[in-house]
Parts: sequence; C-alpha cells; structure tokens
Amino acid sequence: MTATSPDRAVTARPAAQPPNYLTEGGSTLRSWLLTHDHKRIAILYALTITVFFFFGGAAAAMIRLNLVTPPGIFAADTYNRLFSIHGIVMVWFFLIPSIPNTLGNFLLPMMIGAKDLAFPRINLLSWYLFVVAGVVALVAVIAGGVDTGWTFYTPFSTMYSNSYVILAISAVFISGFSSILTGLNFIVTVHRLRAPGMTWYRLPIFVWSNYSTAIILVLATPVLAITLALLAVERLLQVGIFDPALGGDPLLFQHLFWFYSHPAVYIMILPGFGVISEVVPCFSRKPIFGYKFVAWASVSFTAVSFLVWAHHMFVAGMSVYAALVFSLLSYIIAVPSAIKVFNWTATLHKGWISFDAPMLYALGFIGLFTTGGLSGLFTANLAFDVHVTDTYFVVAHFHYIMVGGMVSAYFAGLHFWWPKITGRIYHEWWARIAALLIFVGFNLTFFPQFILGYLGMERRYHSYPPEFQFWNILSSAGASILALGYVMPLFYLTWSLYRGQRAGANPWAATGLEWTTPSPPPKHNFDKTPTVTRPPYQYRPEPEPQDAQGHA
Amino acid sequence: MPDIRPEPQYATLEQQTDVAVFGMWIFLATEVLFFGGMLFAYTVYRGVYPEGFAEAGRHTKIVIGTVNTVILLTSSFVVAWAVHLAERGRGRGVAVLLGVAALLGTIFLGLKSFEYYQEWHEGLVPGLRFEAAGPHAHAMELFYLLYFMMTGVHGLHVTIGIGLLATMAVRAWRGAFSSAYHTPVEITGLYWHFVDIVWIFLYPLIYLVGRSGG
Amino acid sequence: MNQGIHFLPETASAHAGEMDWLFAGLMITSAMILALVFGLMLVFCVRYRRNSGAERGNRLGKTWRVEVGWTVATFVLFLGLYFWGANLYLKLHRPPDDTTDIFVVAKQWMWKVEHPSGQREINELHVPVDRPIRLVMTSQDVIHDFAVPAFRIRRDVLPGRYESMWFRPTKVGQYRLFCAEFCGTEHAHMTGIVTVMEQGDYQRWLDAQGPGETLVAQGAALFRQYGCSGCHGPAGTVHAPPLEGLFGRPVPLADGSMVTADEGYIRDSILLPKSRIAAGYPAIMPSYDGQIGEEDLFKLVSYVKSLGNASPGAGERPAP
Repeated sequence: MTATSPDRAVTARPAAQPPNYLTEGGSTLRSWLLTHDHKRIAILYALTITVFFFFGGAAAAMIRLNLVTPPGIFAADTYNRLFSIHGIVMVWFFLIPSIPNTLGNFLLPMMIGAKDLAFPRINLLSWYLFVVAGVVALVAVIAGGVDTGWTFYTPFSTMYSNSYVILAISAVFISGFSSILTGLNFIVTVHRLRAPGMTWYRLPIFVWSNYSTAIILVLATPVLAITLALLAVERLLQVGIFDPALGGDPLLFQHLFWFYSHPAVYIMILPGFGVISEVVPCFSRKPIFGYKFVAWASVSFTAVSFLVWAHHMFVAGMSVYAALVFSLLSYIIAVPSAIKVFNWTATLHKGWISFDAPMLYALGFIGLFTTGGLSGLFTANLAFDVHVTDTYFVVAHFHYIMVGGMVSAYFAGLHFWWPKITGRIYHEWWARIAALLIFVGFNLTFFPQFILGYLGMERRYHSYPPEFQFWNILSSAGASILALGYVMPLFYLTWSLYRGQRAGANPWAATGLEWTTPSPPPKHNFDKTPTVTRPPYQYRPEPEPQDAQGHA
Repeated sequence: MPDIRPEPQYATLEQQTDVAVFGMWIFLATEVLFFGGMLFAYTVYRGVYPEGFAEAGRHTKIVIGTVNTVILLTSSFVVAWAVHLAERGRGRGVAVLLGVAALLGTIFLGLKSFEYYQEWHEGLVPGLRFEAAGPHAHAMELFYLLYFMMTGVHGLHVTIGIGLLATMAVRAWRGAFSSAYHTPVEITGLYWHFVDIVWIFLYPLIYLVGRSGG
Repeated sequence: MNQGIHFLPETASAHAGEMDWLFAGLMITSAMILALVFGLMLVFCVRYRRNSGAERGNRLGKTWRVEVGWTVATFVLFLGLYFWGANLYLKLHRPPDDTTDIFVVAKQWMWKVEHPSGQREINELHVPVDRPIRLVMTSQDVIHDFAVPAFRIRRDVLPGRYESMWFRPTKVGQYRLFCAEFCGTEHAHMTGIVTVMEQGDYQRWLDAQGPGETLVAQGAALFRQYGCSGCHGPAGTVHAPPLEGLFGRPVPLADGSMVTADEGYIRDSILLPKSRIAAGYPAIMPSYDGQIGEEDLFKLVSYVKSLGNASPGAGERPAP
C-alpha cells in the first residue's frame, strides 16, 4: 500500500482495478439478486432504504406543508394517512434497517476478519423478506393508506379505523422477520467468526454496538410480531383481545407494543453510536477514550432498554407505583448515554483534529444527540411528562435522537466508508456544505417543536389554534432547508461514482481490518485470514504512513 | 461418502457445525419470545378472568391433549435416539427413527385436527362460530382465541418440524450424513425438542386450568 | 389566546406554577450539561485542530477515575430531578377530600360534561376558581386524552373504565382543551374551552343553565328504575351487600383480597358483578353490561357515592 495522507488520499493507480466484489461474480442483475456476498447484499439494502427514505421524507414534507397554516391544507383523513405512512416507513423501512443492514452488513465481517457473515443465504433471504414487506407497505398506501399512526393503538386500530390496517401490519410483521434474521446472523458471526487474535476487547466499537443491536432485534421483534398478529385477529374476527367493550384490555396492547418499540428505539440509535465511535477517533488521531466503558455502555443499553417500556404510558392509566419505577429506570438509562457523550468529547482532548465531512456529521451527531438525550430527561420526568406526552415536545425529542442522531450517524458512516465501498472519493466541499445544511436545517425544523410542545400543540393534529402558527412556520421553513441537505448527497455521491477520484486502500489512514483490504474489497474480503495482535484505534499523530496499515 | 467442504466463510467443517448449532439456539431464543408474548397475554387475562378461564378450560378435550402429550414426548425421545445414532454414523437407523418421529408428529396433527373439528361443532371457535353463553362468555371467547392462536402457531411449528424430519430421513437414507458431518440432523433435533417443550408449557395452561379442583 | 409569538403557555392552576419551577430546574440542568459538552467540544476542536501547535503531552491516561467520576455525578444529578418530578406526580394523584366531582364522557369527536348538580355541556367546561375540581372520565369508543396545557395536566380517557384527574384553577379566564390521544379523522377538532369563573359568576352560570335535577337525585331514580333497590334497598328480600357507608371503604372480597370501594369498583360491580365478589355474599347479582349507558351509569355511581359520603374517611381515595 502506498503511503497516504488523511485527506488527500488518492493513490494514483493504473486504470485497471484489481478484481473486487463489484466485478467478481459477474455484474448481471441476476448475479446481484442471487448473491450471497454480504457486501452486495449491503448495497441492495442501501438502495432499498434510500427509496424508502425519500418516500417517507416526501410524506414528511407534505406534513410540514400542511402545518404552515392553522386550518391545514389537506383534508383530515389525508393528513392522518400521511403521518401514518411517514411513521411506518421511517421506523420500519428506514431507521431500523439503516445502519445495521447497510454499513453493518458490509463492514461487520470485514472488521472482525471474516470472509462473510455466518449464514449468507439467510442474509439474502432477509433482504427478500424486507422487499416483500416494503411492497406490501406500498400496496397498503396505494390501496388508500392507513390512519392509525405507526403505534396502531387499540381499540381504534381494531374496531374503528376504516383504513388498510391489516395490510400495514402485515408489512411490519414481515419486515420483523427480516430484522430477526439479520440480528441472528450478526450475533452468530460476532461470536464465532472472529479472526485469530480478535478478542472481544479488540473489537471495534462499531461491532460492539451492532452486536448489542442484534440482541435487541432477536429478542424484541418476536413480541411485536405476535402483538400485531393478535391485533389482526381482533380486527378480522371482531373478538375482544384489546377492545374493552368485548372484555379485552387496551393497555395490554400498549404494554406489548412498547415492550418491542422502546428497545426498537435503541435499534435506531445504537448502531449510530458505533459509527461515531469509529469516526471521532480517526479524525482526532487518537484511540477512543475509555474503550471498555463505551463498549459496555452499548451492552448495558441493551439490557436496560427492555426495562423501561412503560415510560410511554405515564398518562395512559397505569398504576402510580409502576410509573415511579419506570421513571427511575428511564433515568438510569441516561447514564450510559452520558458516558458515551463524555467519552467522545474526551477523545477530542489533545488530538490532532481535522474536519472532513464524516467528522462534521459526527460532531453534529454529538450535539444533536446530546440535546435529544437531555430532552429525554424531561420526558422521563413524571410530572413533566404529564404535561408534554403526545405533544410536539415528544415529537421534537425523538426526532433529535432518531433523525438528528441516527440519520447524521448514517451519513457520517456513509461518507467515512464511501471510498471503501465504492473505491471512489466524493467531492469534499459539497459534502461539508451538505453536513452544515443538515445541521442548521435540522435545528430550525425541530427546535421550535420543543416550544410548540410546551405550549401544548398536540401530535397528529392536522389543524391547530392560530397562536401556534409562528413556530410552525419556522419549523416548515427549516424542513425545506433540511430537505435540500438530504437531497444533496444523492447527487454528489452519485457523481463521485463516475467522476470521483479513485480511493486508495486507506484514504483516512484509519485503523481497523476493513482498511487493510483494497478499495473496493475483493469478493472474500481477505485472501489470507488476518491475525490480530493489537487493540483497535492505535492511532498515532499523522503523518506516520507505516501506521496506516492498521493491524499488522 | 460425499466429500463435504466447509463454505468459504468457515475455516473448518467443525466450525461450520458449531456455527449452525449456535445459530439454531439463537433462533430458538427468538421463538421463546414469540410464544412468550402469547403466554403473557394468557397470564394477564387468566388473572383478570380466573373463573371464565376455568370454565373454558373444562370444555377442552383432555383425553386428546394427554394422548398428544405422550405422542410428542415419545417423538422427542425417538429424535434424541436418532441424533445419537447419527453421531455414530448409522445412516439407515437414523432414517428409520426420523421417519417414525415424523409419523408421530403427523398423528399429533391428526388428533389436533379432530379436536378442532369437535370444537367447531360445539361452537367454541371465536369470531366464526362461538355459541357459549352465560356470564363468562367474553372470558371464554378470550380463552379460546388464545387457545387457537397458541395451538395454531404451535401446529405450524409441528408441520415445519415434520417437513424437516422427513427431509432429514430421506437424506440420511441416501447416506448424506456421517459421524463427521451430521449437523442438519442435530439442528433438526434441537428444533423438534423445542416444539416439544412449547407443548409441555401449553398442556397445563389449556387442559389442566379448569380441572385443578378450582 | 391571541395570535403572535408565544414562548410559554398560560399558568392557570396551582400545579402549573409548580410545574414551571420543575421546568426551570430541568432547563438549568440541561443548559449546564449542554454548555459543558459544547464548550469542551468547541475548545478542543479549536485548540487541538490538526495544524495547531498546542502541547499534547501528558494526556489523560488512567480513565477509571474520570469515568466513575462523571458517571456518578450525572447519576446523582438525574436522581435529584427524578425525585422532584415523582413528588409532583404523586401530588397529581392525591386529590384533596373536598373536590367537586365533574363527569366527562369522551366520544368521537366531542367531550360531554355533566356537573354534579345536573347541568350538561359539550366541548366546554365551566369551573369555579380556587376550588379543587376532580374529573371522572370515561370514553364511549376509542382512547382519548383530556389535556389542558394551561393547567399542565392531561390524562388518557379509556373506554370501559374510569380515569380521574384533579386540578385547582387559580386564574379566571378561558383555556384550551385538547384531545391528545389520536382518536380518528376529526382528532384535531376534538377540542374545547375550559372557562374558569369567579365563584359567584360560576353559581350564576349554574343557575342560568336551569335548575336541573342533581346527578344524585337522578341516580336515585335510576336505582329504583333498574331494580337495584329491590335487593340493595332497606326492604330487600335477598342477601345483598348494603351500600350505605360503602364508598371509600375497604371491602373484603370472596377470594381473600381487599379492594377500596372507589368509582371504578362500583362501576365494575354493576357491569361485571362476577369479577369481584364481596366476601360473605352469594354471587347472584346479574350483569348490567351493555344495558346502562355511560351517563346513567355515572348517575348510579354518584348515588351510591352519596350513600357513602356520610361516613368518615370517605375522602381516602386510592390512586387510580
């Protein structure tokens, strides 16, 4: 490998690329659709979720458009269907698969020195299930949509809604199996396929966090599946499982739903932590601060995430004592978040920091995640939550975590590993501008929603009292900037595929086994299984080119 | 003996076996939570309607349920025996035993269908044909709904299990396995034991709940 | 409720005042943490940018002390906030003894209100200032949520059970009422106005609504009409539990447990008499499930309550 400096990382190479996963095994459509290669499946996933991201984003744009004026623009029913589509698509068809199924699928085996995931065929099956689920979701939308919101609360969803509830939950149900298969694959791979010398404490944090995510996927998703099955049965047969008029209990649905959906929030953020924990050390040229704490913080998130579900139900009619316990547990989960944030900040201390696009996204992530996490302290607080439950305060809170957090992390990772995945360098300045636009647009969109929520603007209102208009206009204005920021990468990244400079094996002089392969990597990742002798993140102040080899 | 090589992502055949078995365990963890959701709903409603559930439980067919329990336990024993033989490389013996287990599974399903048929006639099928009346009608309907869901999903697992057992029996007969390579048999065995264990949990909840003196 | 830029909602109840202090406490804590994190990030990013000549020797090496230090510090801080909020939440669930109980029925998409003296209104709620008001709420269809931001309270309204919530308005005025739980097409229009009036004005308003019969009196009539008095009345021929002095008392049940006779218990006893049988009485009461509408049901509950209110300790209401 040629010596490279971190940001002018272009190695002049002869025109002919060595064989890699994009060329080996053919480039026909058939060769892609029947591939067992985890890297190709990652690309398939990336394309699919990009479609869903813009689909869900279009719904979001229409929601913000509607809320520009107090009476709203769309009919109530149309609006209800829009936000339900937005929620269902973004949660199950973008956020949950976003990092694990694209970057995770691509990188997890490479990072631990494996040639593929443990079960390549199951990996492909997972993608097909996901596509089938996506098609069912689209059919539900085309048929007329669903108006229950992504939470499907009973008895509205079972007895009162006149929309396509069964189709929508079938889509979610099928996508759940896709999640479970991916989680299963990750757990087995991390346990059993690590290269010689790759001990648990030599795993990059990205692997730790995807492993933790996988545990949640495997243990929480089946509960959602069975809950939705019960919902479907109640709706089809009109028998009372959750409908109190027929002897059921609507709170049982909420308990079961949040038993999945709260841990699911950690599915939607833990992989983001992993990306940030790779990017920050690389651009600070320092090992991550407190490696073991960060690693175990991920695992403790997984454990505690199963114990806090009922904090979504403080005003739902649960017992006061249960509420006291769940609030306390929710405060406990703030501790590992705080550990992560402090450790990333401390990683910057006495580093050699450069501000390439991935780092800008990562710094933006830390800021937005910290804000979102702190607003979580508000919503976990019993008395405060009584005032803001179901308001825009909660909407702002979880968008700060999932969009400000997870989507920023996804972009950070996408830019960081783009040269590895495609073998090309994107245009750095365009990327920096997009990162900045996203940060500004995001805050402008969602910060006003905190104020709106405290003022009392309720979620899922297609029209609202006129005194809320100012903040809504600000939010919609921010959304248009945000939309621009999200569309930009689509163009400059695509452009880089054709015109971008070729990337060397390790353009960022990063550590980690994935950077020891050529870019793009060969079909089976490593010609010879690497042997690991050192912990991760052995960064030295650059330039020390020999260090760019990562693990010797 | 066919030459069996590990797939490219594995270093050795032993690793491949180990990974497959480990994967099955993780899959079964998912399954536990899957049934767990229904068992949780059952527990909650049994707490709310103890008498209704007891009343409903008295209408279940305990003879069929008990015979079916014996059949499944026997089949599990047969499968364990088959795995034991597979470790010693006795292909034909494995095939016969797995065939017997698949047959036992089929008998289980047959009896179960007969039970469903009787319940249909007695009007115990929620939503479609439910004719129980009286103060506990709602609770009984809930019981039977959960009963059909739990036994239905379990029956689906039995069906898949029979398919796996039969496939393995055919492959074993053709000599696909050896003492060095019999992972699929081992995994199928794990799965079948799981199906059996689920039934062990369902049996008291369904058949004994109304008959324990209360 | 005029247009323009608003930063804070109106503060119109005793609880709202306390909540704003909690809000301030949370804000200050988060601002401190944000300032710390952002400040450090900014300082590090400037000071240790790649081309700077800042000294980088003598880094933080051993991390245990630092990690445990900030973990414990944040945890203690968070714990303080937890107790503050929990304490306030408990107060929200412990209404004083002398509340005026108003009945609310939610349905797609309106709020129906019944005052104890029989007045009814829709999508409006008139209450006197400086009096503790307790709302007893139920829904006829899906889950709704009664939210009044100016009072900083809200609570889900579920079908098939009573949820209650209390507040003490402190400021005369009109405040918005929202449905906060998504309940179908016209969810956003399931709103209303809460009018807080001087006590004299409130009395005049009640009088102007017409001298309706009180809920208790209407309940007493229904008590006879539905035949309840045949068994529970003084001349009852059947061995049925007497209802005098029942409300607010602990009741021993046939299965050995105890339950406090609150509105929910009375309601369940009418609709699902088999679910919680009082100890020492045969389970012979028929179910009235599906035969009595929510509004009549509440009148009956009010009547049974009135039979019990004479006894001491009736105000000891459990948290729902």
